[in-house]
Amino acid sequence: MLSKYSIKKVLMVILLGMPLVVMAQTAEQKGLQIAKDAKAYDAGFVDFTANMLMTLMNKKGDTSSREIRIKTLEVTGDGDKSMSIFDQPADVKGTAMLTYSHGLEPDDQWLYLPAIKRVKRISSRNKSGPFMGSEFAFEDLGSQEIEKYSYKLLREEACGEMQCYVLERVPAYQYSGYKRQHVWIDKQAYRLIKADFYDRKDEMLKTLTSEDYQQSLGHYWRPGKMQMVNHQNGKSTTLIWSNYAFKTGLSENDFKSQTLKRAR
Amino acid sequence: MQRLFFFCLLIVTSLSAQALDYSGNVAAELIVFTQSAQFDQQMDDNLTLSFKPKLRQSWNEGNDELSVELFFRGDNQDDERQHADIREFKWLHVSGNDEWRVGIDSVFWGVTESQHLVDVINQIDLVEGIDGEDKLGQPMIHYTTIQDWGVLHAFVLTGFREATFHAEQGRLRFPLVVDTSQTTYESSDEESHIDYALRFERNLGDTDFALSWFDGTNRDASFSVGFDQDGQTVLIPFYQQITQFGLDLQSIIGDWIWKLEMIHRNSEADSFTAATGGFEYTFYGIAGSAIDLGTLVEYSWEDRAVDAGVFDNDLFAGARFAFNDVQSTEVLAGFIVDIDKQSQSIRVEASRRLGESWKLSGELQLFNNIDEEDLPLQAFKRDDYLLLELARYF
Repeated sequence: MLSKYSIKKVLMVILLGMPLVVMAQTAEQKGLQIAKDAKAYDAGFVDFTANMLMTLMNKKGDTSSREIRIKTLEVTGDGDKSMSIFDQPADVKGTAMLTYSHGLEPDDQWLYLPAIKRVKRISSRNKSGPFMGSEFAFEDLGSQEIEKYSYKLLREEACGEMQCYVLERVPAYQYSGYKRQHVWIDKQAYRLIKADFYDRKDEMLKTLTSEDYQQSLGHYWRPGKMQMVNHQNGKSTTLIWSNYAFKTGLSENDFKSQTLKRAR
Repeated sequence: MQRLFFFCLLIVTSLSAQALDYSGNVAAELIVFTQSAQFDQQMDDNLTLSFKPKLRQSWNEGNDELSVELFFRGDNQDDERQHADIREFKWLHVSGNDEWRVGIDSVFWGVTESQHLVDVINQIDLVEGIDGEDKLGQPMIHYTTIQDWGVLHAFVLTGFREATFHAEQGRLRFPLVVDTSQTTYESSDEESHIDYALRFERNLGDTDFALSWFDGTNRDASFSVGFDQDGQTVLIPFYQQITQFGLDLQSIIGDWIWKLEMIHRNSEADSFTAATGGFEYTFYGIAGSAIDLGTLVEYSWEDRAVDAGVFDNDLFAGARFAFNDVQSTEVLAGFIVDIDKQSQSIRVEASRRLGESWKLSGELQLFNNIDEEDLPLQAFKRDDYLLLELARYF
């Protein structure tokens, strides 16, 4: 869930050819098609690894940081498998989390606690809870499967120097913390540029912006920086991504609860 | 021990093709007993220091790794708690679906929270705590194969570790001091008896289960009364040979996590079955906050003829608060009651990170209404304590 920092995947929506075929498609059909095209654009990455530096900032400007390494294995026909290994803060160093994400079904999740060398199966229901005390919820960082939302194309507009589709996504899974999300996805390569999150009372809760996109293997785009600002509590969390590597040769065995103990 | 530590350091650094990974913590622990001691010489409070360095070096693209974890505690009052241990000193080799671990290691088996029945590989470092989660390093050859049909582990446990027991000054001890210099064994191989174990693990969707088998020296001692060299009455540990079959199972059904651990143990002296089972249910984001409240209930039972176990007909109820804040604040409160004897044990554990690399933990343990017949617990009835630990991680 932590896994694949999702968003970016979804971002990659949009089919260039789409608008040409416009028969009388509804806004919902267009939205779904964009989500499918984005997923298709990113398909075939096989696996990737990256380092994440997470910096939490409160209203007063005090900061706290976490360092996490992420490994993701693409799974065709189901959600991806991912492993998160914690390096900082020092007291949680060596902790590792394994997630088998699914569409609408709850994810399978295991946690390795190095202090007592215990692998623990945990409940994955906690979608809306904060990840490591940050402004990112588990659902913001999870694998973004098409069936997790219903979609609607709201409009097309400029987003910085690019042209974006603006989609409304309504979570279809249980226990989401959101009533809806508005996401800006660039038309060229389906990168998620921005997302507004509305809480269950439909009030604006958070805004995510992604920038410094880097391209790997001449195709796959991943953001270098993501920032989540919480408008209700004044806190923010920044993710700095580095060392993206694709098709690294990871195998199913690197994503088993039994191998969590030796995750590095 | 110190020399060994530097020896390890030397080996590990000499391999340094890849970066050496060094971590661990130093901690100061204050324990205060709230009632006067039941037995002569026992302390009322104590301030101790511990040091746990960890080193790791991998090579061959991570398919080989040497890992070392040492533990030291300095204790001015309890000579037996002043101790050092090699928690881990092992070589890991991964080859396709197979893994080898050779050296000293620690292994955790099981799923329940109130006691760890099936967890039989490592000896408990009893002077470090009564919850069974501090363990002594065990020498072993551990082979694992990961297949579509499940995961199979085979263990050859080369040598036995005796449990640690408090000195006369220590609290949470028996009325008589345990004299480990006179320890006796059923096997003529004594502490060099080689034990064997097998474990099969499988994941079936929402259910994880494991079957285990162990044949060797019992980690739990039985005691006889004798005299030490000064003529003082002492307890002398005796370790039997046992065969133990275990089952542990965990299933996630909706919002519920169901857990079961069960063992059957055979020895020359007796044969019994014991089980712990229960559930965990979590309320997320209680009262609109980010706080999660996990509720736990477990029941433990055993059919041992001799009343030797603490968990013979006991109910455990607990609550775990995860604040999900920047400091990862957590509080776990647990209550165990013996249904037959009404003896009660209450325990509250809390922890919170301070800044980036400090952590403050506390533990409150209360024994209440302890029945005179409740033998292991009877000795602890005046040992209510409050423990504070401040640790610096690096």
